[in-house]
Amino acid sequence: MTSLPISAPSWAKLPRRHMPVLATLTLLLVMYGIGVSQYRAFSNVQVVFNVFIDNGFLLVIAVGMTFVILTGGIDLSVGSVAAMTAMVSAWLLQSGLPALPVLVIALLIGPTLGFLMGCAIHFFDIQPFIVTLAGMFFARGMCTFISDASIPITDGFWTTMSQYRIGDPRGNFVSISVLVAFAVVLIAAYVLAYTRLGRNVYAIGGNPQSALLMGLPVGRTRIAVYTISGLCAAIGGILLSFYTLSGAPLIAIGMELDVIAAVVIGGTVLTGGSGYIFGTVLGVLVLGVIQTLITFDGSLNSWWTKIVIGGLLFAFILLQRLIGIRYK
Amino acid sequence: MSDAGNRFRTLLGHRLFWPVAVLVVMLAANTVYRPGFLAVELNNGHLYGTPIDILRLSAPLILVALGMTLVISTGGIDLSVGSVCAISGAIACLYISRAPDQDNLVTVLTALAMALGVALVLGAWNGVLVSVIGIQPIIATLILMVAGRGLAQLIAEGQIITINSGPYRAIGLGHLLTLPLAIFIALAAALLVAAFTRRTALGMIVESVGGNREASRLAGIRSGRVVFLVYVVSAACAAIAGFMMTANVSSADGNNTGLWVELDAILAVVIGGTSLAGGRFYLGGTILGALIIQTLTTTVYAMNISPQTALLFKAVVVIAVCLIQAPAFRAKFRRRRAGTPPPPQSSPQRQKEQVPA
Repeated sequence: MTSLPISAPSWAKLPRRHMPVLATLTLLLVMYGIGVSQYRAFSNVQVVFNVFIDNGFLLVIAVGMTFVILTGGIDLSVGSVAAMTAMVSAWLLQSGLPALPVLVIALLIGPTLGFLMGCAIHFFDIQPFIVTLAGMFFARGMCTFISDASIPITDGFWTTMSQYRIGDPRGNFVSISVLVAFAVVLIAAYVLAYTRLGRNVYAIGGNPQSALLMGLPVGRTRIAVYTISGLCAAIGGILLSFYTLSGAPLIAIGMELDVIAAVVIGGTVLTGGSGYIFGTVLGVLVLGVIQTLITFDGSLNSWWTKIVIGGLLFAFILLQRLIGIRYK
Repeated sequence: MSDAGNRFRTLLGHRLFWPVAVLVVMLAANTVYRPGFLAVELNNGHLYGTPIDILRLSAPLILVALGMTLVISTGGIDLSVGSVCAISGAIACLYISRAPDQDNLVTVLTALAMALGVALVLGAWNGVLVSVIGIQPIIATLILMVAGRGLAQLIAEGQIITINSGPYRAIGLGHLLTLPLAIFIALAAALLVAAFTRRTALGMIVESVGGNREASRLAGIRSGRVVFLVYVVSAACAAIAGFMMTANVSSADGNNTGLWVELDAILAVVIGGTSLAGGRFYLGGTILGALIIQTLTTTVYAMNISPQTALLFKAVVVIAVCLIQAPAFRAKFRRRRAGTPPPPQSSPQRQKEQVPA
């Protein structure tokens, strides 16, 4: 496709690749400013904490998706894998297993599925879209295969994790899930920026052919990112089960779209090779703040969330296009 | 080598062999499991039976998949078809539900025209995003996929619109010449698309744009216009499918009409042998793919398995069909069986750069 990159105006001395992230940051601050100016309770610090508490699992899953999208792939299975993880843990806990082995088993399922999908994509050269679509069907099917109805979790460890509040229990607090999410974000940011694997991810996303010719382990990296995405989806699923204290077969339907939207709004380019974990964090926060704003308003209906997210997606892609970020 | 062996090999190598085999195996398994499966009976001048049901229920999917085939052939993808189904169904049902006489044919036709018009606008929006602004198709249509569900709910004001209109219901449940009307609509659409693409140069132009958009443009094809057109056609097909889906249940639900139909449609196209990387497309394969998906769904329902668990079977079929069709997998399998490396292919497979899909 011919796309003459429109040269950045002279005031833009910043590296062009930072522009989308900065735009997201500006948007986030503007939205928060609007919220604070319109609603008195919005300036409460707990509002910000609640955005993190309500979107901790989304954040973790979006981090995994960032890896996949950076290589130029896509993972549609994440929402279903998260639901399956929650479902499996609820089911195992109900059948009387102690918390620790349940946690281990539940955290193993996601990466295993991700590994298999990565192998199918790499060795048999099938489109990531189709493979992860099959993965999505499989995981969602497994959910109802385990149980048609939602399974409550009454295990002590789970309820503690769900109800424990860090900080002042009556004032401002965060849940343990938020800390887990932050840990995942930090580790992922470190891996992407400072390790060999992280640099390989960017290289493959930039140009797989060149990466291969340079002698980079393209196959291993590609399988690794789907495994990482599966692991993040599994951790997200565990956080989801902390949040809802149950495993429900129909939970997190369509979550993959929210996740992809968050990653794109966060400035990661879908053809791969350009983007940051920090951007993804901002993208998730934008989605969270939109939801909070709509909840605070009260007169708007829930479907406005979708319309606004669609509009934002459009605006951000247009922005990426205008500042001349390469599209294949 | 014997003549029969050669003929068998040609048959095995035919691109439609495996999809047909899967369909036949599924039908055979069904007949074994439930001997009355293939029975068709004439009742009140209408044909009834499971095969007829499969055909009728697969009509919307065939329609959506036809449009999707063209889009995929240009190297694009249209994720918004499900939302377009929901929007068009909601508009048509809203207009009919507000009309004083819901059985009036003129009312129904006006409703259909209005909804189709809106769908064309939505298709044009997708087309402009992809061909003029140059946004990646998967993302350009993702916008409408997400926002479209919201729009559909906005139109219906979050309600499920129920209507009681004979002519509208006929789109989904009516009969013509003993067969359901929906089958004829899908068939007509298929023939129309086939006539336009295979009897004129349009099909080849679409394929050439999918093969290499820039080269086609240099060869004198207005690539941008072709890309724009396929998204409009896809939206129109989705709108008609949306009418069928809402007519089947005489109500429009912004949340659930056409939910996941885009995934089923993409599957149908892939099962039919059209590559997601663009280029050649196979309308017959697509229709076959849609029939396979609907047969699978019907089979699973007939076995009293919950619709969600049916996804498990779908996953298995998808992976099986994709693996069988993947050149890399076939090469590996052949090598293992023959014990010798495969002969160098006479016509080297066109290597396309990995397209993120």
